[in-house]
This record gives sequence, C-alpha cells and structure tokens, in this order.
Amino acid sequence: MSGQIWAVVQQKDGRLQRAGRETVAAAQALARELGTTAVAVVLGDGVAGAGSELAGMALAGVRVVEHSRLGAYTPGGYLAALAPLIRAGAPAYVLFAHTYQTVDYLPRLAQELDAGLLPEALGFQKVDGELRWTRPVLGGKLHAQVRTVGEGPVLVSLQSGAFPADAVQAGSAPVEQVAAALDGVDLQREVLGIESAAEGTVDLTKAEVIVGVGRGIGGQEKLGPVEELTRLLGAELAASRPVVDSGWLPRERQVGSSGQTVAPKLYLALGISGAIQHLVGMKGSGMVIAVNKDASAPIFKIATYGVVGDLHEVVPALNQALQQRAAG
Amino acid sequence: MKIAVCVKQVPDAEARLRIRGDGAWIEEEGVTFVLNETDTYAVEEALQIAERTGGEVIAFCLGPERAREAVRKVLALGAARAVFLSEPALLGGDALATGRALAAAIRAEGVDLVLTGSASTDLGFAATGSVIAGELGWPHAWLVVGVELAEDRKSVRVTREMESGMNESSRIALPAVLQVQGGINQPRYASLKGIMAAKRKEIRDVAAGDLGIDPSRLGRAGSRLETVSVALPVSGREVEWIEGDAAAVAAALVTKLEQEAKVLR
Repeated sequence: MSGQIWAVVQQKDGRLQRAGRETVAAAQALARELGTTAVAVVLGDGVAGAGSELAGMALAGVRVVEHSRLGAYTPGGYLAALAPLIRAGAPAYVLFAHTYQTVDYLPRLAQELDAGLLPEALGFQKVDGELRWTRPVLGGKLHAQVRTVGEGPVLVSLQSGAFPADAVQAGSAPVEQVAAALDGVDLQREVLGIESAAEGTVDLTKAEVIVGVGRGIGGQEKLGPVEELTRLLGAELAASRPVVDSGWLPRERQVGSSGQTVAPKLYLALGISGAIQHLVGMKGSGMVIAVNKDASAPIFKIATYGVVGDLHEVVPALNQALQQRAAG
Repeated sequence: MKIAVCVKQVPDAEARLRIRGDGAWIEEEGVTFVLNETDTYAVEEALQIAERTGGEVIAFCLGPERAREAVRKVLALGAARAVFLSEPALLGGDALATGRALAAAIRAEGVDLVLTGSASTDLGFAATGSVIAGELGWPHAWLVVGVELAEDRKSVRVTREMESGMNESSRIALPAVLQVQGGINQPRYASLKGIMAAKRKEIRDVAAGDLGIDPSRLGRAGSRLETVSVALPVSGREVEWIEGDAAAVAAALVTKLEQEAKVLR
C-alpha cells in the first residue's frame, strides 16, 4: 500500500465550493486506483462548516486548520500552514483545484517540500502498472501524458471539471483539528482589498445569443462586420482574453475564467482558438458554432458545428444571408 | 532600479503542429517560434519601470540555441544586456529545475525586481516565476495586472487578477518576483534603431557549471516530471463540419440558427 492521497480543499467564506468537491472526488478516485485511503484538508478562518461537510464524505480523515491569519489568502500563511502538515503526513499525492489561488502558492509549496509539481492535470490512468497523468500543452491543442519520477510527494492541481463534483462518495469521516503555528510568520503579502476588474457592467449572462471574437479577428478596425452580425442576431458581443488584452474590446465583455461565465442558447465563436481559460466560461452553451482557420483549434472539440475558414469571409456572407432572410 | 526579466521562446499560437516521430513532443522543424505572449508584457513593464527609475533591464532566458533570437528581440526592445542559459544539461526541466537555474543566474547579477510572464503557452506550468522567488527567498505575486512602485522603492502595490472578474490589491516588499498577466500595458514594437543597437549588446552565455548547483538538480535530470507522449485531445462529442464556399457555409448556418438553435425571429 502506497502513501495516502490528500485533497486540500478550497473553501470560500467557510463553505465548500464545487472546486473543493471536485478535489475530493479526484482524491477518492485516485485512492481507489492505488489501493490506499484519502484524507481531506481544509484551512481558513471559520471553516468548521466546511469541515462538517467533509465529514459526510467517504474519507479516512478530515483535517481542519483554523487560524485568524488564514482568513484572507496569503502565500506566506498557506505555506506555513500546509508545509509542516504535509511533511509530517508524507502522502503520496496531494491534490488541489487548479484555481488562481492554488497556482499562486503551489509552486512554492512544492519547492519548500522538495515535492514534485504537476499543474493542471485533466486525469490519470494506469498504464503497465504505472500512473500516468494527462495535462494540456500548447494551448490545449495537444494533451501530454506525463509520469512523475523521483522521491517524495507530488502536488497535483486539477483542471476545473476534470473530476465531476457529483462523483463524491458519501460516508463518514473523523474530523481532527490541527494547530497551525502562524504567529510571527511572514505572510509575504499585505492584502489591501478586492474590487471588480471591469469598470462597466455589461451582463452577458442573460444573453440568449452571444457572438464571441478571438485573436483571429486581427484588429479593432476589423470588428465592423462582427458588430453587424451581432445586431442582426440581437446578440451580445463577447471577447476572449487576447482581444481584451490588445484593447480591441473592453474587459467587461470578456468571457472565461477571469471574465464572465455564460451559457446562451447559441455561442458563435469567431477566430477563438479555445484556450481552456475561455472554454470554462462558455462550454455550458446550448449550441456552439466555431469559425477558425485552424482545424486543430481546441474550440472545435466542444463545438456543435465547425467551419474551417476565414471569419473575414464567413461573417460578411452570413450577414448577407441574414439580411436576405429578413427581407425575404 | 536593476530589473531582471525572464523570457521564453515558444511555438507561435497559429503554428500548425505535427507530433514528432518518437511521440514525445512536437516536430520543431518548420514551426515559427516567438517570444511567449505574457513575457512581452513583462518586458514592457520592466522597461517602463526602468525608464521611470533610471535603471536598466537585464533579460534572462533558458532555452535551446534557437531561443537566442527571442533574446535578441528583448535587447532590440530596450534591455541593456542579456544572460542566456542554453547548455543542453539545463534544458527539458520542469518548472522547479528551470526556476532553480534561472534563480542562480539572477542571484549572480544582484537585481531589485524580477518580472516574468504569468505562464508559457507551450508547457503552461505557470510556476517558474514563483519558483525563482522561492529560491531567492523573496515574495512573489502571480497574475499581476497592475504595478505601482512605492516612492521609497521598498515595496510595490500589486493588483492581481482573481476568478470571476475580480481583482485583489496587495502590498509586497521588494525585492520580489512579479508574474505579469497579459493586458497590463501596451507592449512597444522594436524600432529599427533598437534592432541595430541590439546587435552590439552583450549576450552572456552561462553554463550549467557556473551556477553552483548539483547537476542532478538541473534540466531533465533534475525534473520530477517526464513527458511520455503527446496526442490530439479526445473529443467528448464529434464536431459536425460545415464545408463549402463562404456563401454555402452562410446558407447552412442560417438553417442551423433557424431550425435547431431557434434563435432567428
């Protein structure tokens, strides 16, 4: 029997979130695969509620780390709370949700523990008795199979949705309070406040039809036909991250992990390659029609209909067809 | 201020990718390589801070010989000089091995601030910058979309992107490592003068042996991850392709919009 599988479960305001339940589901699945047991760890200030939620899951134990200095996330606080715990418990794998918070501190935790670091895993499988992990590379155009080598635990962050939260097995787990020595620890960051990133208040979540544009648009001056299409469809215009970063459309129209999450009846993806950060914001759409020059673009993996072609030719033709229909 | 900026050369986002014969990575022949996208923002941010504070920017790059072109580009944009780590023993590492090597090279230069991009578009570990910070014993911040240097230059007010359209502001003591997100500024283009000047700027090659690190902790040998193979993702559902010229595609799409999506009135 190998070392245990730990799930470090992210919480918000003392409650578990979907990402946290996904981490538990993954830990349970990996423990079954490797013939060992799973343990959940939750840390924060006022997280007893999250601890009791975890106590109702099929786990060998729940560790609750409470401290007033863990209220707001800081890398220094999380490192000081987690490193001694993991060092003492010596699990084989420690699983995390691949959230912005995790990405911020996980490399430093791996470094401090001299552990392996495997970011953004999509899944695992046993091949010839050896555990292999899948993770996206090259903007999601390819998936890599990786294995870990060397001694010591491996810290793995799991891509959102890779392990469905509803696969969590219910059960009963003993809860243990763990003290964290955080007094006098350098938190490495003084959190000043949290505010909305966008100035405007465009709500894309209510739109039935969304026209999303990506890097393939090629410039702000080329948006005219797309805006015309948006008007003809009575749709909202949305953008992927590179378009916003280039200043072609305002941040309030960004769809994706750092923007809005939408689920319209129709999402028209124009020149969007489909990086995972964008896909997580729109994959719940009813129908996805994607137009892209590159047939291997990841957007086609989630599209209902795909057009391999130049949006600057397809969009004017579509506008014309819609106008003819309206006149018809 | 003396600012280090770390850059990586990666395949162009538009590049057609073919899997290499041994299946373990892509065939690099025929692929255009460019400066990693968020690194271009890190370079711009470094140049702006150096310009405001009367300092200089030193570019650091770990990569194969082809990446020298990316280093030249950063010099053409305005970096004063560069440090290049291209020895094969340093290549093929995970973020921990790569960050270890870069941190040792940076330490030797004695800088006040390190900027990196938030993630590479090829391996996407999003970790090298924070590993550098850990090696140097400095604070770090990932996904930085705003940097405001304090007047005494002892700290920096940083805005970090969070999920769901929120930003977090925090204060971080210097020296520090900041991992810059796209959109933080508008990267400049290299001028002809800059490109000419870059030809005379120093690119110092640093070998693995110069770093004072056990070779078993560097490059592929020092990596805890090993890529076995790469493959096209398996799709959950098959996309239905719509083919033909633009007019035929448009007509087919109108039918889908009307009869299936039912979004036309």
